[in-house]
Amino acid sequence: MSQRPIRILIAKPGLDGHDRGAKVVARALRDAGMEVIYTGIRQTPEMIVEAALQEDVDVIGLSILSGAHMDLFPRIVELAKEKGLSDVMFVCGGIIPEDDIPSLKQMGFVGAFGPGASTQDLVKFIKEEVARRVQA
Amino acid sequence: MESKELDALRAGDPRIVARAISAIERDGDQARTIVQAIFRYTGRAHTIGVTGAPGTGKSTLVNEIAKQFRRRGKRVGIIAVDPTSPFTGGALLGDRLRMQDLSGDEDVFIRSMATRGHLGGLALATANATQVLDAAGFEIIMIETVGAGQSEVDIAKNAQTTIVVQAPGMGDDIQAIKAGIIEIADLLIVNKADREGANATVAVLEMNLSLKPNAENEWRPPVLKTIAIKGEGVTEILDWVGKHREHMQSTGVMKIREQARLRAELENVLQRQLMKRILNGMNGARMDSLVEKIAARELDVYSAAESILKN
Repeated sequence: MSQRPIRILIAKPGLDGHDRGAKVVARALRDAGMEVIYTGIRQTPEMIVEAALQEDVDVIGLSILSGAHMDLFPRIVELAKEKGLSDVMFVCGGIIPEDDIPSLKQMGFVGAFGPGASTQDLVKFIKEEVARRVQA
Repeated sequence: MESKELDALRAGDPRIVARAISAIERDGDQARTIVQAIFRYTGRAHTIGVTGAPGTGKSTLVNEIAKQFRRRGKRVGIIAVDPTSPFTGGALLGDRLRMQDLSGDEDVFIRSMATRGHLGGLALATANATQVLDAAGFEIIMIETVGAGQSEVDIAKNAQTTIVVQAPGMGDDIQAIKAGIIEIADLLIVNKADREGANATVAVLEMNLSLKPNAENEWRPPVLKTIAIKGEGVTEILDWVGKHREHMQSTGVMKIREQARLRAELENVLQRQLMKRILNGMNGARMDSLVEKIAARELDVYSAAESILKN
């Protein structure tokens, strides 16, 4: 058995109920050979980290459209570290203003994929980043 | 496996448990050492396979059954198996979506597993993952699979109690009989029982069961109606699961089935280990030349195999 497929959690934290984008991303990632654990909407930071922990994912992808990312994301990243998930890769998507990207990068997000981002770019990015980490 | 890690696993540390399951899925040397370390601590859990066609409400039902077991103080592990796409190698593992009620509970562990296209390897991976959860102290372990392929059906069959879920109006009356899936059921559930045709589906299943002659002391699967989304009919499932377990223990069937399962697992592992050894000991060029000879009809497959084995 060679290397395992990339396992990625796609979650929508907070109260944002519009998940079409997240589902499109989930499908694209599956079609690119990844194992996608889709947790759905209305996830609390605790639920997201618990799922990431149990599923032993390589990547956590957070989707948010409500603008609450600067409130919710730090909590999620912090909780993940607390629970021993400091080596998980964080990416995000949805409505992520350019201005927030530097802060998000500081928080630990390696990529932010806002409106117009192509699923192909996302797939390539994730694969390259995971490969880079494996080598390191 | 270090003893500190083993202790943490046995205490149910989710990170260690999750990593152990990942190692098992990867099926390398680590998988072997993990199973060797934990095996003596397994054999306590009651394993329950839940299978059925897609759309019958299995995940929702598993969620409800787990909630009830939790109310009775049992620690619950759930392995949700979903198909890997044979074309892309990827999988969309969405069963957790139906089990949100269970989140935040330390005594519940949910793991999604993709079939990953291993033939026979899937049964071994789920068996070993179940053993990890068993060693971690989960008393009830539910394994949910889509009963579409033979290997998925086999997994459900390998559990101590097998629950087969049907839903009305899915052309079920014929499906139920054709699939042969009824034969593996210890409990038959007609979920979405508020839908039209529910009683007819129950009737067909009962009729099918009565066609089989029932030997004395043989378990007759109950046909139960549920509305999983409302949690209706679920306590009855738990009661019947308990009855089934008692029946198996008192008739000695539990032991017989367990031994049969472990024998099959031993044979499976033997096959895999032997294949690995043989293939590792062979050089690729020799294999290629044998295959060419077979294609040219200079050699048949059996003779080729003999020549490999003789070496």
